[in-house]
Amino acid sequence: MAPASDDLWILGIHMTKFGKHPEMDLVDLASEAVTGALADGGVTMKDMGVIGAGNLMAANAGIGQQLQKQLGQTGIPVYNVANACATGATALRVAVMAVKAGECDMGLAFGVEKLSGAGLLSGGSRKDDGTTWTPSGRYGAVAPVDGRIGTEIMPGVFAQIGMEYGHKYGGTSFELFAKISEKNHSHSTLNPLAAYSKKMTLEEIMGDIMIAYPNTRPMCSANCDGAAAAVVVSGSKLKTLSLEQQRRAVKISASILTTDPWEESCQILPDVNTLTRNAATQAYEQAGVGPEDLNLVELHDCFATAELVHYDNLMLCGVGGAVDFFNSGATWRDGTTPVNVSGGLESKGHPIAATGIANVWEVATHLRGEAGDRQIEGAKVGLTHVIGLGSACGVHILEKAAA
Amino acid sequence: MAKQIPLVDYLVLGDEPHLTANECTTCGARFFDRRNACANCGRAEFTRSDITTTGEVRAFTIVAFAAPGVPVPYVAALVDCGGTSVRANLINVEPDPEHVTLGMKVRLATQVVGTDTEGTEAIGFGFEPLGG
Repeated sequence: MAPASDDLWILGIHMTKFGKHPEMDLVDLASEAVTGALADGGVTMKDMGVIGAGNLMAANAGIGQQLQKQLGQTGIPVYNVANACATGATALRVAVMAVKAGECDMGLAFGVEKLSGAGLLSGGSRKDDGTTWTPSGRYGAVAPVDGRIGTEIMPGVFAQIGMEYGHKYGGTSFELFAKISEKNHSHSTLNPLAAYSKKMTLEEIMGDIMIAYPNTRPMCSANCDGAAAAVVVSGSKLKTLSLEQQRRAVKISASILTTDPWEESCQILPDVNTLTRNAATQAYEQAGVGPEDLNLVELHDCFATAELVHYDNLMLCGVGGAVDFFNSGATWRDGTTPVNVSGGLESKGHPIAATGIANVWEVATHLRGEAGDRQIEGAKVGLTHVIGLGSACGVHILEKAAA
Repeated sequence: MAKQIPLVDYLVLGDEPHLTANECTTCGARFFDRRNACANCGRAEFTRSDITTTGEVRAFTIVAFAAPGVPVPYVAALVDCGGTSVRANLINVEPDPEHVTLGMKVRLATQVVGTDTEGTEAIGFGFEPLGG
Protein backbone atom coordinates (compact mmCIF):
# COMPACT_ATOMS: atom_id res chain seq x y z
CA MET A 1 0.00 0.00 0.00
CA ALA A 2 1.16 3.52 -0.75
CA PRO A 3 2.24 5.87 2.01
CA ALA A 4 0.05 8.98 2.21
CA SER A 5 2.88 11.20 1.02
CA ASP A 6 3.50 9.19 -2.14
CA ASP A 7 3.12 10.88 -5.51
CA LEU A 8 0.36 9.95 -7.93
CA TRP A 9 0.37 9.04 -11.61
CA ILE A 10 -1.96 8.37 -14.50
CA LEU A 11 -0.95 4.88 -15.64
CA GLY A 12 -3.53 4.39 -18.36
CA ILE A 13 -6.12 6.66 -19.94
CA HIS A 14 -8.60 6.54 -22.82
CA MET A 15 -11.46 8.45 -24.36
CA THR A 16 -14.01 7.27 -26.89
CA LYS A 17 -14.81 9.23 -30.00
CA PHE A 18 -17.26 11.93 -28.97
CA GLY A 19 -20.36 12.23 -31.13
CA LYS A 20 -23.40 10.14 -31.95
CA HIS A 21 -23.31 6.51 -30.81
CA PRO A 22 -26.91 5.35 -31.34
CA GLU A 23 -25.86 1.70 -31.31
CA MET A 24 -24.15 1.93 -27.91
CA ASP A 25 -25.76 2.30 -24.49
CA LEU A 26 -24.14 3.91 -21.44
CA VAL A 27 -22.50 0.64 -20.36
CA ASP A 28 -21.11 0.01 -23.87
CA LEU A 29 -19.53 3.47 -23.94
CA ALA A 30 -18.16 3.16 -20.40
CA SER A 31 -16.82 -0.32 -21.18
CA GLU A 32 -14.98 0.94 -24.26
CA ALA A 33 -13.34 3.73 -22.27
CA VAL A 34 -12.44 1.53 -19.29
CA THR A 35 -11.15 -1.36 -21.41
CA GLY A 36 -9.04 1.16 -23.31
CA ALA A 37 -7.63 2.75 -20.15
CA LEU A 38 -6.77 -0.63 -18.59
CA ALA A 39 -5.08 -1.81 -21.80
CA ASP A 40 -3.24 1.51 -22.10
CA GLY A 41 -1.89 1.02 -18.58
CA GLY A 42 -1.09 -2.67 -19.08
CA VAL A 43 -3.31 -3.71 -16.16
CA THR A 44 -6.66 -5.44 -15.59
CA MET A 45 -9.75 -4.97 -13.42
CA LYS A 46 -8.16 -7.36 -10.90
CA ASP A 47 -5.47 -4.74 -10.24
CA MET A 48 -7.99 -2.03 -9.34
CA GLY A 49 -8.70 -1.26 -5.67
CA VAL A 50 -11.46 1.33 -6.12
CA ILE A 51 -13.78 2.73 -8.79
CA GLY A 52 -14.97 6.31 -9.09
CA ALA A 53 -17.91 6.17 -11.50
CA GLY A 54 -19.40 9.28 -13.05
CA ASN A 55 -22.70 9.74 -14.83
CA LEU A 56 -25.07 12.68 -14.42
CA MET A 57 -28.24 12.15 -16.43
CA ALA A 58 -28.95 8.70 -14.94
CA ALA A 59 -27.23 9.35 -11.63
CA ASN A 60 -29.45 7.00 -9.63
CA ALA A 61 -28.70 3.95 -11.80
CA GLY A 62 -25.39 2.82 -10.27
CA ILE A 63 -23.29 3.00 -13.42
CA GLY A 64 -20.20 1.73 -11.55
CA GLN A 65 -21.83 -1.58 -10.65
CA GLN A 66 -23.38 -1.84 -14.11
CA LEU A 67 -19.87 -1.60 -15.55
CA GLN A 68 -18.53 -4.21 -13.11
CA LYS A 69 -21.24 -6.65 -14.25
CA GLN A 70 -19.76 -6.44 -17.77
CA LEU A 71 -16.02 -6.13 -17.09
CA GLY A 72 -15.40 -7.73 -13.73
CA GLN A 73 -17.21 -8.03 -10.39
CA THR A 74 -14.16 -8.03 -8.15
CA GLY A 75 -15.92 -6.82 -5.03
CA ILE A 76 -14.00 -3.55 -4.70
CA PRO A 77 -15.71 -0.36 -3.45
CA VAL A 78 -17.55 1.70 -6.06
CA TYR A 79 -18.35 5.36 -5.55
CA ASN A 80 -21.02 6.55 -7.96
CA VAL A 81 -20.71 10.31 -8.19
CA ALA A 82 -22.74 13.14 -9.69
CA ASN A 83 -21.45 16.70 -9.51
CA ALA A 84 -22.94 18.49 -12.51
CA CYS A 85 -20.34 19.22 -15.21
CA ALA A 86 -17.56 18.47 -12.72
CA THR A 87 -18.72 14.84 -12.43
CA GLY A 88 -15.77 13.35 -14.34
CA ALA A 89 -13.21 15.35 -12.37
CA THR A 90 -14.98 14.28 -9.17
CA ALA A 91 -14.77 10.59 -10.16
CA LEU A 92 -11.06 11.06 -10.81
CA ARG A 93 -10.70 12.75 -7.41
CA VAL A 94 -12.25 9.64 -5.79
CA ALA A 95 -9.55 7.41 -7.27
CA VAL A 96 -6.87 9.97 -6.42
CA MET A 97 -8.00 10.30 -2.80
CA ALA A 98 -8.22 6.54 -2.29
CA VAL A 99 -4.72 5.94 -3.63
CA LYS A 100 -3.34 8.97 -1.81
CA ALA A 101 -4.90 7.76 1.45
CA GLY A 102 -3.14 4.43 0.99
CA GLU A 103 -6.37 2.42 0.80
CA CYS A 104 -5.16 0.87 -2.46
CA ASP A 105 -2.31 1.36 -4.91
CA MET A 106 -4.37 1.52 -8.08
CA GLY A 107 -7.76 3.04 -8.77
CA LEU A 108 -10.07 3.43 -11.75
CA ALA A 109 -12.14 6.47 -12.67
CA PHE A 110 -14.56 6.83 -15.52
CA GLY A 111 -17.25 9.20 -16.75
CA VAL A 112 -19.91 8.49 -19.34
CA GLU A 113 -22.87 10.35 -20.80
CA LYS A 114 -25.35 10.00 -23.63
CA LEU A 115 -26.59 13.41 -24.70
CA SER A 116 -26.99 13.23 -28.48
CA GLY A 117 -30.15 15.04 -29.47
CA ALA A 118 -30.64 16.56 -26.02
CA GLY A 119 -31.78 20.16 -26.26
CA LEU A 120 -31.55 22.72 -23.48
CA LEU A 121 -30.50 20.77 -20.39
CA SER A 122 -31.92 23.35 -18.00
CA GLY A 123 -34.94 25.47 -18.75
CA GLY A 124 -35.73 23.10 -21.60
CA SER A 125 -39.32 22.78 -20.50
CA ARG A 126 -41.64 24.92 -18.43
CA LYS A 127 -44.69 23.69 -16.56
CA ASP A 128 -48.05 25.14 -17.52
CA ASP A 129 -49.49 27.78 -15.24
CA GLY A 130 -51.96 26.25 -12.77
CA THR A 131 -55.68 26.98 -12.89
CA THR A 132 -55.49 28.96 -9.65
CA TRP A 133 -52.47 30.88 -8.37
CA THR A 134 -51.00 29.07 -5.36
CA PRO A 135 -47.64 30.10 -3.90
CA SER A 136 -45.14 27.26 -3.67
CA GLY A 137 -41.43 26.69 -3.24
CA ARG A 138 -38.80 28.82 -1.55
CA TYR A 139 -39.75 31.97 -3.46
CA GLY A 140 -43.49 31.52 -2.96
CA ALA A 141 -43.93 31.55 -6.74
CA VAL A 142 -47.48 31.20 -8.09
CA ALA A 143 -46.27 30.21 -11.58
CA PRO A 144 -43.05 29.07 -13.31
CA VAL A 145 -40.48 31.88 -13.34
CA ASP A 146 -38.06 30.84 -16.13
CA GLY A 147 -38.30 33.56 -18.76
CA ARG A 148 -40.32 35.74 -16.38
CA ILE A 149 -37.65 36.44 -13.76
CA GLY A 150 -34.46 36.05 -15.73
CA THR A 151 -33.40 32.84 -17.40
CA GLU A 152 -32.57 29.32 -16.37
CA ILE A 153 -31.11 28.22 -19.71
CA MET A 154 -27.36 27.62 -19.56
CA PRO A 155 -26.48 29.57 -22.74
CA GLY A 156 -28.18 32.58 -21.12
CA VAL A 157 -26.63 32.11 -17.70
CA PHE A 158 -23.13 31.85 -19.15
CA ALA A 159 -23.80 34.70 -21.57
CA GLN A 160 -24.37 36.92 -18.54
CA ILE A 161 -21.19 35.63 -16.92
CA GLY A 162 -19.19 36.80 -19.94
CA MET A 163 -21.11 40.07 -20.17
CA GLU A 164 -20.49 40.76 -16.47
CA TYR A 165 -16.75 40.47 -17.15
CA GLY A 166 -17.16 42.95 -19.99
CA HIS A 167 -19.02 45.36 -17.73
CA LYS A 168 -16.31 45.12 -15.11
CA TYR A 169 -13.25 45.42 -17.34
CA GLY A 170 -14.48 46.52 -20.79
CA GLY A 171 -13.38 45.35 -24.21
CA THR A 172 -15.88 42.56 -24.82
CA SER A 173 -18.19 42.38 -27.81
CA PHE A 174 -20.25 39.83 -29.73
CA GLU A 175 -17.36 39.62 -32.20
CA LEU A 176 -14.76 39.00 -29.49
CA PHE A 177 -16.71 36.09 -28.02
CA ALA A 178 -17.28 34.70 -31.53
CA LYS A 179 -13.53 34.86 -32.19
CA ILE A 180 -12.93 32.61 -29.18
CA SER A 181 -15.30 30.11 -30.74
CA GLU A 182 -13.53 30.51 -34.10
CA LYS A 183 -10.28 29.49 -32.38
CA ASN A 184 -11.74 26.35 -30.82
CA HIS A 185 -13.49 25.26 -34.01
CA SER A 186 -10.21 25.79 -35.86
CA HIS A 187 -8.35 23.67 -33.28
CA SER A 188 -10.92 20.88 -33.61
CA THR A 189 -9.98 20.23 -37.24
CA LEU A 190 -6.92 18.37 -35.97
CA ASN A 191 -8.84 16.22 -33.47
CA PRO A 192 -10.26 12.99 -34.94
CA LEU A 193 -12.13 12.28 -31.69
CA ALA A 194 -14.06 15.58 -31.72
CA ALA A 195 -17.82 15.48 -32.31
CA TYR A 196 -17.50 18.42 -34.73
CA SER A 197 -14.22 19.01 -36.52
CA LYS A 198 -15.27 21.50 -39.17
CA LYS A 199 -13.53 24.84 -39.39
CA MET A 200 -15.95 27.75 -39.05
CA THR A 201 -15.34 31.31 -40.15
CA LEU A 202 -16.12 34.24 -37.89
CA GLU A 203 -18.97 35.19 -40.24
CA GLU A 204 -20.45 31.70 -40.06
CA ILE A 205 -20.29 31.70 -36.27
CA MET A 206 -21.84 35.16 -35.90
CA GLY A 207 -24.46 34.43 -38.55
CA ASP A 208 -25.58 31.12 -37.05
CA ILE A 209 -28.73 30.67 -34.98
CA MET A 210 -28.76 32.97 -31.95
CA ILE A 211 -29.44 31.02 -28.74
CA ALA A 212 -28.83 33.63 -26.05
CA TYR A 213 -26.98 36.80 -27.08
CA PRO A 214 -24.07 36.86 -27.49
CA ASN A 215 -23.91 33.05 -27.75
CA THR A 216 -24.91 31.61 -31.12
CA ARG A 217 -25.25 27.85 -31.59
CA PRO A 218 -21.58 27.08 -32.46
CA MET A 219 -20.56 29.11 -29.40
CA CYS A 220 -22.39 26.61 -27.17
CA SER A 221 -21.03 23.26 -26.01
CA ALA A 222 -22.12 20.41 -28.21
CA ASN A 223 -24.42 17.79 -26.71
CA CYS A 224 -23.06 14.37 -27.66
CA ASP A 225 -22.29 10.85 -26.43
CA GLY A 226 -18.94 9.84 -25.03
CA ALA A 227 -16.89 8.32 -22.24
CA ALA A 228 -13.42 8.59 -20.78
CA ALA A 229 -11.53 6.58 -18.16
CA ALA A 230 -8.25 6.72 -16.28
CA VAL A 231 -6.17 4.41 -14.09
CA VAL A 232 -4.45 6.13 -11.15
CA VAL A 233 -1.38 4.49 -9.59
CA SER A 234 0.84 5.37 -6.62
CA GLY A 235 4.46 6.28 -7.24
CA SER A 236 5.73 3.37 -5.17
CA LYS A 237 3.63 0.87 -7.12
CA LEU A 238 4.67 2.44 -10.42
CA LYS A 239 8.33 1.76 -9.56
CA THR A 240 7.53 -1.97 -9.57
CA LEU A 241 6.07 -1.84 -13.09
CA SER A 242 7.86 -2.03 -16.44
CA LEU A 243 10.11 0.73 -17.72
CA GLU A 244 7.67 1.31 -20.58
CA GLN A 245 4.79 1.79 -18.12
CA GLN A 246 6.95 4.22 -16.13
CA ARG A 247 7.97 6.13 -19.26
CA ARG A 248 4.38 6.66 -20.40
CA ALA A 249 2.98 7.42 -16.94
CA VAL A 250 1.88 11.03 -16.43
CA LYS A 251 2.34 12.67 -13.07
CA ILE A 252 -0.69 14.14 -11.30
CA SER A 253 1.03 17.13 -9.73
CA ALA A 254 -2.19 18.64 -8.42
CA SER A 255 -5.75 17.40 -8.02
CA ILE A 256 -8.20 19.92 -6.56
CA LEU A 257 -11.95 20.24 -6.15
CA THR A 258 -13.61 23.38 -4.80
CA THR A 259 -17.13 24.75 -4.33
CA ASP A 260 -18.18 28.37 -4.49
CA PRO A 261 -17.72 30.36 -1.31
CA TRP A 262 -20.53 32.80 -0.58
CA GLU A 263 -20.36 36.03 -2.54
CA GLU A 264 -22.98 38.77 -2.61
CA SER A 265 -24.51 37.86 -5.98
CA CYS A 266 -23.71 34.14 -6.18
CA GLN A 267 -27.31 33.02 -5.60
CA ILE A 268 -28.55 35.45 -8.25
CA LEU A 269 -26.06 34.70 -11.06
CA PRO A 270 -23.76 31.72 -10.43
CA ASP A 271 -20.24 32.82 -9.51
CA VAL A 272 -17.91 30.61 -11.56
CA ASN A 273 -14.98 32.91 -10.88
CA THR A 274 -14.14 32.67 -7.18
CA LEU A 275 -14.11 28.87 -6.95
CA THR A 276 -12.02 28.59 -10.13
CA ARG A 277 -9.49 31.09 -8.83
CA ASN A 278 -9.41 29.24 -5.49
CA ALA A 279 -8.92 25.87 -7.22
CA ALA A 280 -6.17 27.26 -9.45
CA THR A 281 -4.38 28.88 -6.53
CA GLN A 282 -4.41 25.61 -4.59
CA ALA A 283 -3.35 23.62 -7.67
CA TYR A 284 -0.37 25.84 -8.49
CA GLU A 285 0.67 25.66 -4.83
CA GLN A 286 0.31 21.87 -4.71
CA ALA A 287 2.17 21.34 -7.99
CA GLY A 288 4.85 23.94 -7.36
CA VAL A 289 4.33 25.40 -10.83
CA GLY A 290 2.88 28.67 -12.05
CA PRO A 291 0.64 29.60 -14.98
CA GLU A 292 3.74 30.66 -16.96
CA ASP A 293 4.96 27.04 -16.84
CA LEU A 294 1.90 25.64 -18.62
CA ASN A 295 2.43 24.33 -22.15
CA LEU A 296 -1.29 23.75 -22.69
CA VAL A 297 -4.60 24.25 -20.92
CA GLU A 298 -7.93 22.51 -21.40
CA LEU A 299 -10.51 24.72 -19.72
CA HIS A 300 -14.29 24.61 -19.43
CA ASP A 301 -15.53 26.49 -22.49
CA CYS A 302 -19.13 25.33 -22.06
CA PHE A 303 -19.87 28.58 -23.89
CA ALA A 304 -17.56 31.02 -25.67
CA THR A 305 -18.49 33.61 -23.05
CA ALA A 306 -17.17 31.30 -20.32
CA GLU A 307 -13.74 30.71 -21.85
CA LEU A 308 -12.86 34.39 -21.58
CA VAL A 309 -13.44 34.67 -17.83
CA HIS A 310 -11.43 31.53 -17.10
CA TYR A 311 -8.26 32.99 -18.70
CA ASP A 312 -8.43 35.42 -15.80
CA ASN A 313 -9.67 32.96 -13.14
CA LEU A 314 -6.86 30.49 -13.92
CA MET A 315 -4.43 33.44 -13.81
CA LEU A 316 -3.21 32.81 -17.37
CA CYS A 317 -3.33 36.63 -17.59
CA GLY A 318 -3.41 39.47 -15.09
CA VAL A 319 -6.64 40.51 -13.37
CA GLY A 320 -8.90 42.17 -15.94
CA GLY A 321 -6.56 41.27 -18.78
CA ALA A 322 -8.45 38.45 -20.50
CA VAL A 323 -9.52 40.43 -23.57
CA ASP A 324 -6.01 41.69 -24.32
CA PHE A 325 -4.63 38.22 -23.58
CA PHE A 326 -6.95 36.62 -26.14
CA ASN A 327 -6.40 39.38 -28.71
CA SER A 328 -2.63 38.81 -28.43
CA GLY A 329 -3.13 35.35 -29.91
CA ALA A 330 -1.77 33.68 -26.77
CA THR A 331 -4.48 31.01 -26.60
CA TRP A 332 -4.25 29.78 -30.19
CA ARG A 333 -2.30 26.54 -30.60
CA ASP A 334 0.78 28.44 -31.78
CA GLY A 335 0.51 30.98 -28.96
CA THR A 336 2.27 31.20 -25.62
CA THR A 337 -0.50 29.42 -23.68
CA PRO A 338 -2.49 27.19 -26.05
CA VAL A 339 -6.03 26.77 -24.71
CA ASN A 340 -8.39 24.00 -25.81
CA VAL A 341 -6.27 22.55 -28.60
CA SER A 342 -8.74 19.63 -28.53
CA GLY A 343 -11.41 21.97 -29.89
CA GLY A 344 -12.95 22.44 -26.48
CA LEU A 345 -16.51 21.72 -25.45
CA GLU A 346 -17.79 23.88 -28.31
CA SER A 347 -16.52 21.45 -30.96
CA LYS A 348 -15.02 18.36 -29.30
CA GLY A 349 -18.32 18.08 -27.45
CA HIS A 350 -19.52 17.92 -23.87
CA PRO A 351 -20.85 14.52 -22.76
CA ILE A 352 -21.05 15.91 -19.26
CA ALA A 353 -19.59 13.24 -16.97
CA ALA A 354 -16.91 12.29 -19.51
CA THR A 355 -15.58 15.83 -19.88
CA GLY A 356 -13.54 16.01 -16.66
CA ILE A 357 -11.53 12.92 -17.63
CA ALA A 358 -11.43 13.53 -21.39
CA ASN A 359 -9.62 16.82 -20.78
CA VAL A 360 -7.03 14.94 -18.69
CA TRP A 361 -6.67 12.48 -21.58
CA GLU A 362 -6.03 15.36 -23.96
CA VAL A 363 -3.28 16.87 -21.82
CA ALA A 364 -1.76 13.47 -20.98
CA THR A 365 -1.62 12.56 -24.66
CA HIS A 366 0.39 15.72 -25.42
CA LEU A 367 2.71 15.11 -22.46
CA ARG A 368 3.36 11.61 -23.80
CA GLY A 369 4.11 13.07 -27.22
CA GLU A 370 1.33 10.97 -28.74
CA ALA A 371 -1.07 13.69 -29.95
CA GLY A 372 -0.27 13.24 -33.64
CA ASP A 373 -1.11 16.20 -35.91
CA ARG A 374 -2.16 18.43 -33.05
CA GLN A 375 0.83 17.69 -30.79
CA ILE A 376 2.07 20.71 -28.85
CA GLU A 377 5.79 20.12 -29.30
CA GLY A 378 7.81 19.61 -26.16
CA ALA A 379 4.80 19.80 -23.82
CA LYS A 380 5.88 19.11 -20.24
CA VAL A 381 3.17 20.64 -18.04
CA GLY A 382 -0.55 21.05 -18.61
CA LEU A 383 -3.69 22.04 -16.70
CA THR A 384 -7.29 20.86 -16.94
CA HIS A 385 -10.34 22.67 -15.58
CA VAL A 386 -14.06 21.94 -15.32
CA ILE A 387 -16.95 23.81 -13.75
CA GLY A 388 -20.23 22.29 -12.69
CA LEU A 389 -22.95 24.73 -11.79
CA GLY A 390 -24.19 24.57 -8.30
CA SER A 391 -21.15 24.87 -8.12
CA ALA A 392 -18.06 22.66 -8.23
CA CYS A 393 -14.68 23.24 -9.88
CA GLY A 394 -12.08 20.60 -10.64
CA VAL A 395 -8.50 21.49 -11.57
CA HIS A 396 -5.73 19.02 -12.35
CA ILE A 397 -2.11 19.81 -13.18
CA LEU A 398 -0.24 17.09 -15.05
CA GLU A 399 3.46 16.68 -15.77
CA LYS A 400 5.47 14.57 -18.16
CA ALA A 401 7.46 11.72 -16.61
CA ALA A 402 11.15 12.53 -16.19
CA ALA A 403 12.46 10.43 -19.10
CA MET B 1 -60.13 46.23 -9.83
CA ALA B 2 -59.27 42.55 -10.08
CA LYS B 3 -57.79 40.77 -7.09
CA GLN B 4 -54.01 40.56 -7.39
CA ILE B 5 -51.26 38.24 -6.14
CA PRO B 6 -47.51 38.71 -6.60
CA LEU B 7 -45.69 36.21 -8.86
CA VAL B 8 -43.21 35.64 -6.02
CA ASP B 9 -43.52 36.42 -2.33
CA TYR B 10 -40.58 38.84 -2.32
CA LEU B 11 -42.48 41.26 -4.58
CA VAL B 12 -44.57 43.66 -2.50
CA LEU B 13 -47.49 45.18 -4.42
CA GLY B 14 -49.41 48.34 -3.55
CA ASP B 15 -48.88 52.01 -4.36
CA GLU B 16 -45.11 51.65 -4.46
CA PRO B 17 -44.24 48.14 -5.62
CA HIS B 18 -40.83 46.97 -4.45
CA LEU B 19 -38.76 43.90 -3.69
CA THR B 20 -37.93 42.76 -0.20
CA ALA B 21 -35.20 40.39 0.99
CA ASN B 22 -34.37 38.33 4.06
CA GLU B 23 -31.42 40.17 5.54
CA CYS B 24 -29.13 38.40 7.98
CA THR B 25 -29.16 40.39 11.23
CA THR B 26 -25.53 39.42 11.85
CA CYS B 27 -23.68 39.98 8.57
CA GLY B 28 -26.21 41.78 6.40
CA ALA B 29 -26.25 39.20 3.59
CA ARG B 30 -29.51 39.37 1.63
CA PHE B 31 -31.52 36.48 0.22
CA PHE B 32 -34.77 36.41 -1.72
CA ASP B 33 -35.78 32.86 -0.81
CA ARG B 34 -36.98 31.19 2.38
CA ARG B 35 -33.88 30.52 4.49
CA ASN B 36 -32.74 27.88 6.94
CA ALA B 37 -29.71 29.96 7.84
CA CYS B 38 -27.30 32.45 6.33
CA ALA B 39 -25.00 31.02 3.62
CA ASN B 40 -22.34 33.51 4.59
CA CYS B 41 -22.17 33.37 8.39
CA GLY B 42 -24.45 30.50 9.38
CA ARG B 43 -26.67 32.48 11.75
CA ALA B 44 -30.43 31.96 11.51
CA GLU B 45 -31.93 35.35 12.34
CA PHE B 46 -33.24 37.52 9.54
CA THR B 47 -35.13 40.75 9.13
CA ARG B 48 -37.12 41.90 6.09
CA SER B 49 -35.32 44.58 4.17
CA ASP B 50 -36.68 46.66 1.26
CA ILE B 51 -34.58 46.79 -1.90
CA THR B 52 -34.16 50.08 -3.70
CA THR B 53 -36.24 50.15 -6.89
CA THR B 54 -33.60 51.64 -9.16
CA GLY B 55 -30.41 50.01 -10.33
CA GLU B 56 -27.79 49.43 -12.98
CA VAL B 57 -27.55 46.55 -15.45
CA ARG B 58 -24.40 44.60 -14.61
CA ALA B 59 -24.98 41.76 -17.08
CA PHE B 60 -27.62 40.75 -19.57
CA THR B 61 -28.45 38.24 -22.26
CA ILE B 62 -31.11 38.26 -24.93
CA VAL B 63 -32.68 34.82 -24.95
CA ALA B 64 -33.78 33.80 -28.42
CA PHE B 65 -34.25 30.07 -27.87
CA ALA B 66 -36.24 28.80 -24.88
CA ALA B 67 -38.66 26.15 -23.71
CA PRO B 68 -41.97 25.80 -25.59
CA GLY B 69 -44.43 28.32 -24.18
CA VAL B 70 -41.78 30.85 -23.14
CA PRO B 71 -42.15 33.92 -25.38
CA VAL B 72 -38.87 34.97 -27.05
CA PRO B 73 -36.90 37.08 -27.40
CA TYR B 74 -36.65 38.32 -23.84
CA VAL B 75 -33.90 40.08 -21.96
CA ALA B 76 -32.63 38.46 -18.76
CA ALA B 77 -30.37 40.53 -16.57
CA LEU B 78 -28.43 40.96 -13.38
CA VAL B 79 -29.37 44.33 -11.90
CA ASP B 80 -27.35 45.98 -9.16
CA CYS B 81 -29.85 47.76 -6.89
CA GLY B 82 -27.76 49.80 -4.52
CA GLY B 83 -25.37 46.94 -3.81
CA THR B 84 -27.96 44.17 -3.83
CA SER B 85 -27.94 41.96 -6.93
CA VAL B 86 -31.37 41.16 -8.42
CA ARG B 87 -32.29 38.71 -11.16
CA ALA B 88 -34.98 39.99 -13.49
CA ASN B 89 -36.11 40.53 -17.03
CA LEU B 90 -35.62 43.91 -18.65
CA ILE B 91 -39.03 45.08 -19.91
CA ASN B 92 -40.46 47.99 -21.88
CA VAL B 93 -37.32 48.06 -24.02
CA GLU B 94 -36.54 46.68 -27.48
CA PRO B 95 -34.81 43.31 -26.94
CA ASP B 96 -31.73 44.03 -29.03
CA PRO B 97 -28.13 45.06 -28.26
CA GLU B 98 -28.71 48.55 -29.64
CA HIS B 99 -31.30 49.30 -26.95
CA VAL B 100 -30.00 47.16 -24.08
CA THR B 101 -26.54 48.03 -22.84
CA LEU B 102 -24.25 47.18 -19.94
CA GLY B 103 -24.40 49.82 -17.26
CA MET B 104 -27.81 51.18 -18.30
CA LYS B 105 -29.89 52.67 -15.47
CA VAL B 106 -33.21 50.98 -14.81
CA ARG B 107 -36.16 51.02 -12.41
CA LEU B 108 -38.58 48.39 -11.16
CA ALA B 109 -41.85 48.02 -13.02
CA THR B 110 -44.70 45.56 -12.67
CA GLN B 111 -46.80 43.78 -15.25
CA VAL B 112 -49.65 41.28 -15.35
CA VAL B 113 -48.41 37.71 -15.85
CA GLY B 114 -51.87 36.20 -16.26
CA THR B 115 -55.32 35.73 -14.75
CA ASP B 116 -56.44 32.50 -13.12
CA THR B 117 -59.88 30.84 -13.19
CA GLU B 118 -61.00 32.82 -10.15
CA GLY B 119 -60.17 36.10 -11.85
CA THR B 120 -57.06 36.81 -9.79
CA GLU B 121 -54.21 38.54 -11.60
CA ALA B 122 -50.64 37.37 -10.98
CA ILE B 123 -48.34 40.40 -11.01
CA GLY B 124 -44.71 39.98 -12.01
CA PHE B 125 -41.86 42.46 -12.12
CA GLY B 126 -39.06 43.53 -14.37
CA PHE B 127 -36.82 46.54 -14.80
CA GLU B 128 -37.36 49.25 -17.45
CA PRO B 129 -35.00 51.95 -18.68
CA LEU B 130 -34.94 55.05 -16.45
CA GLY B 131 -36.17 58.15 -18.19
CA GLY B 132 -37.52 56.05 -21.02
